[in-house]
Amino acid sequence: MHQVYGFVVGPLAWIAFAVFVLGSIWKMYTMYRSAKTRDGQVLAYWNLKYALRSIIHWSVPFWPVNSRRHPFMTIVSFTFHICLVLVPVFLLAHVMLWDYYHGFRFWSLPEGAADVMTFLVILACLVFAVRRILLREVRYVTSAMDWAVLAIVFLPFLTGFLAYHQIGPYRVMIILHILFGEIMLAAIPFTRLSHMLLSPFSRGYIGSEFGGVRKAKDW
Amino acid sequence: MEATAEKAEEKKYVDAGIQKGLDALTPEKVEKAINRVFRAETGARLKAYEEICVRCGLCADGCHYYLSHEGDPAYAPVGKVKQTLWKLLKKRGRITPEELERVALVAYTECNLCRRCAMYCPLGIDTAYIITVVRRLCHLLGITPRYIQDTAHSHSVTMNQMWVKEDEWIDSLLWQEEEAREEIPTLRIPLDKEGADIMYSVIAPEPKFQPQLIYYAAVILNECGMDWTMPSMPGWDNSDMAMFTGDVELMGRLKRSHFERAQKLRVKRVVMGECGHAFRAVYDVGNRWLGWRDFPVEVVHAIDFYWQMLQEGRLKVKKKFERPVTLHDPCNIVRGRGLHEKARDLVRAFCSNFTEMHPNREHNYCCCAGGGVINCGPPYKKVRVEGNSIKADQLKATGAEVVIAPCHNCHSGLKDIIEAYDVGMELSFFSEIIYECMEKPNAVEG
Amino acid sequence: MIGQSSWDWQPGKRRIQEAAACSSDVVWMEEPVASPDGERLAVVVNLEDAVFGLCVNGELLEETFEKIWGLGFSPDGRMTAIVSREMEWTVAVEGVPWETTFGFVWNLSFSRSGDRIGAAVQQEMSYGVAVDGVPWPELFDNASNFALSADGLHSAAVVQTVSMGAADIEAFQKGCYSIAVDAKAWDRSFVNVWSPVFDPEGSRVAAQSRQSLYDYTVVVDGTPWDQTFASVWEPAFHPKSGAVVAPVRSGGKWGMAENGTLVWPARYSQLWHQAFDESGATLAAIAAPSYGRFTVAVNDRPWENSFSVMTDLAMSPDGRHIGALGKEEDDWTVIVDDRPWPGRYDMIYPISVSPDGGHAAVRAERNGRFLIVLDGKEYGETFERAWDPIFNPEGDKVLIRGIQEGTCFRIVAGVEDF
Repeated sequence: MHQVYGFVVGPLAWIAFAVFVLGSIWKMYTMYRSAKTRDGQVLAYWNLKYALRSIIHWSVPFWPVNSRRHPFMTIVSFTFHICLVLVPVFLLAHVMLWDYYHGFRFWSLPEGAADVMTFLVILACLVFAVRRILLREVRYVTSAMDWAVLAIVFLPFLTGFLAYHQIGPYRVMIILHILFGEIMLAAIPFTRLSHMLLSPFSRGYIGSEFGGVRKAKDW
Repeated sequence: MEATAEKAEEKKYVDAGIQKGLDALTPEKVEKAINRVFRAETGARLKAYEEICVRCGLCADGCHYYLSHEGDPAYAPVGKVKQTLWKLLKKRGRITPEELERVALVAYTECNLCRRCAMYCPLGIDTAYIITVVRRLCHLLGITPRYIQDTAHSHSVTMNQMWVKEDEWIDSLLWQEEEAREEIPTLRIPLDKEGADIMYSVIAPEPKFQPQLIYYAAVILNECGMDWTMPSMPGWDNSDMAMFTGDVELMGRLKRSHFERAQKLRVKRVVMGECGHAFRAVYDVGNRWLGWRDFPVEVVHAIDFYWQMLQEGRLKVKKKFERPVTLHDPCNIVRGRGLHEKARDLVRAFCSNFTEMHPNREHNYCCCAGGGVINCGPPYKKVRVEGNSIKADQLKATGAEVVIAPCHNCHSGLKDIIEAYDVGMELSFFSEIIYECMEKPNAVEG
Repeated sequence: MIGQSSWDWQPGKRRIQEAAACSSDVVWMEEPVASPDGERLAVVVNLEDAVFGLCVNGELLEETFEKIWGLGFSPDGRMTAIVSREMEWTVAVEGVPWETTFGFVWNLSFSRSGDRIGAAVQQEMSYGVAVDGVPWPELFDNASNFALSADGLHSAAVVQTVSMGAADIEAFQKGCYSIAVDAKAWDRSFVNVWSPVFDPEGSRVAAQSRQSLYDYTVVVDGTPWDQTFASVWEPAFHPKSGAVVAPVRSGGKWGMAENGTLVWPARYSQLWHQAFDESGATLAAIAAPSYGRFTVAVNDRPWENSFSVMTDLAMSPDGRHIGALGKEEDDWTVIVDDRPWPGRYDMIYPISVSPDGGHAAVRAERNGRFLIVLDGKEYGETFERAWDPIFNPEGDKVLIRGIQEGTCFRIVAGVEDF
């Protein structure tokens, strides 16, 4: 068990981070090159002012019309995304790992808050799952990949939550937690999770078109 | 019960345009076209859209077809992408003729490319762009609905969409000039006037079926004292159904003809009639294919032009239009070009009784005729009308007698909806109301 | 223009005519047109309801018509207009109509010397071409894109060879259009064929064509190139070898093909309006080396200066000097040999090149006034309205035609006067 733990926090962690970092660089590079060679207009019409205008509007809950049409989803989605990013980065236990292995530490979330936020991510995942099953327009377009991606996000939070509360076998749980976290990290550049990398550009581009060319709002 | 639209196909109208293409296809040909469109002609944009869509379904409310079909998921924007792009990418050459037929029908008759859904996707995915790419593929496969294909053929021969011959065009202008001189003896429709300030361009249905619109425009341009002209030779038609069939090469040829006619006449700007898709073709699509980042010659939509005339005091209101009116915001000039406030300024200037429809401006519901859907012809009228019951509800709720729709496609589409749902409204272009209510200093008293 | 040597090239300014004057009472008049030699000013005048006349240097011509449009001058200085009486149309030359009348007449075109006048005509709903009043012996269901050879002896047009029913897409895609030269259609028909172009001798014709909905090529005298492309633009004949060159689209970019083979690799976002010098050694075209940026490419080498819009390529006969008009924002300028002129204008008209190729001149507009600009230097006087400058055969003088305070003047200026 100890060796397995050593492996997942050691070499596998390195591999996961490397896949994430190099994969992300590769993804952005190939996208840029593709835009340059085959979608020259995308670059020609990119307009930072209108890209930011669009990003800012869509970053404020209930500003876009559609976010007002779906208030519950808006709350769930914003909560989910905020917690999803903050918890893994600023969880005290994670910060301590950085300190332990690499000798630098930074601000961390109060433990209680982090616990609640983790729970919110888990809840949000369940909401998403229920949506996928119950809403016709979502069910119609849901494939195995969507469930896989949801599981990839759900599992590290679930196992982390269980481990923190010492529910179930702690050591197994912590190893699973680390493993699932690494899978999630490595999956970002290669699955639908890549919207984490690309959405500022897709949002920014439609903002550039609506603002710069079409002189209209896009929210 | 998952997707009634898919099942509804069983009724079966056989579209000669699509069927002829399907008969001639082989898996190799399909594979080759798929590779050409998805590997050579498109790039990062389509790839990103395909990859990052998280299948959240939040775009559904963006679509009038979806809202009109009691939430049938096959009509949600993402549902249409599933039936077209995803299917093509998954099955490639192995896609069956039946599936391909469905791809063509979704792309050509169940999406107006109105881009409303682009404002409903949190990630900013432009589904209209995706459907445009699918149409491009359908064009390459030769599976285009017959009537819109015929329109593209007309474009290719005559550079206009209605098979109007070179002499017929000039003759209609001379005829309208003669008619208008009964009212305004000094009125001219100046042909080929080099160096005029404005070239006025229209779409071919005007000389063919609605010449009075040319008459109204001529009266407005004359009475505002504009230095203007209309070309005698092709390039006068700004419309572009090739843009909607996916024949981008032909689209470029048409837009080149339009812009080069204006350049040759040395006009400062082109003012175009109340048409939406033609405006999209010049400001957004055709110019890009030709390599012009912006307009090579400034193009001003009629609404913008009337608005400028009003601001400059050249266009004066003689009396108000008193019947209750509402305003339909056409996608290509509102979501497409932000002319909604100017349109409202015009309505307020000329009409005394104006009620907004809701939603409005960028969020207005589409007419369900645009994007070439109405040009697919009578066989698909039912698809359009049933796909837009929400529009009928929206119109009825205003209680207006007249709906101003400053776009030809919207006009025709709304007419069908008004009839089918017994909305009991009349349609009007801005030019009709302005013509009726403006001061005409040079008119003979009659 | 033709016959410049016989014009008055005495330097100085001469009053021609008060622009709005006419010997008869007129209700209203259109905008006047100046003859190439600047000696005459013609205008369409309205005399009463549906009665129009032509007024030349203030004198109303005898014949009147129900409608008149397309007033202009042939290169040899004859006044031409399209006129109608009792629903019949024809061409009036110096105010005298052709004897033959038609259902409709349009698209007047002249031989290079101006001695022949051609027009597209419709007669009893059949279509063709008439030259000097003589229509083609055979007319077609439809004819368009009419062109006249340089010597005016031959005419060509796109014609419909097969009748089609409404929305008959199958028949269309089998090919219903061809080119008729002097009323005789080529043996083959095509899905589309556009804009016939004559070679300098007038003996051969090339045109753009679409073989199917997807395959574009160039057809020369009825025979298509072996190669097809995603699109093509107008072809041009090499003045010596007779080879045909046309911009073609391949792999999403444009290149130049000669007889079907790429001679400029397809690397341009746009490529069109190519032209040869007299020897055929220089081939220049308007080109966009990158998206949204236009320039001139000379023998496949783009200039360094680029603009968002570029038009009106002009070349000296020896090919040593090349000019074009460029637009950035709303400002136009002239670029000669990759060097922009200093002035910026609201509009510029096509470039006139002196016969020796040493000078270039344009008519330009700024703030509603017209100017004449030679080699980048503006002439001292401005006009309410002006016509294109014309060089004398020696290329050391320029004829300026323009209206100042309602009066038309003709000015002969030396190139040193700018």
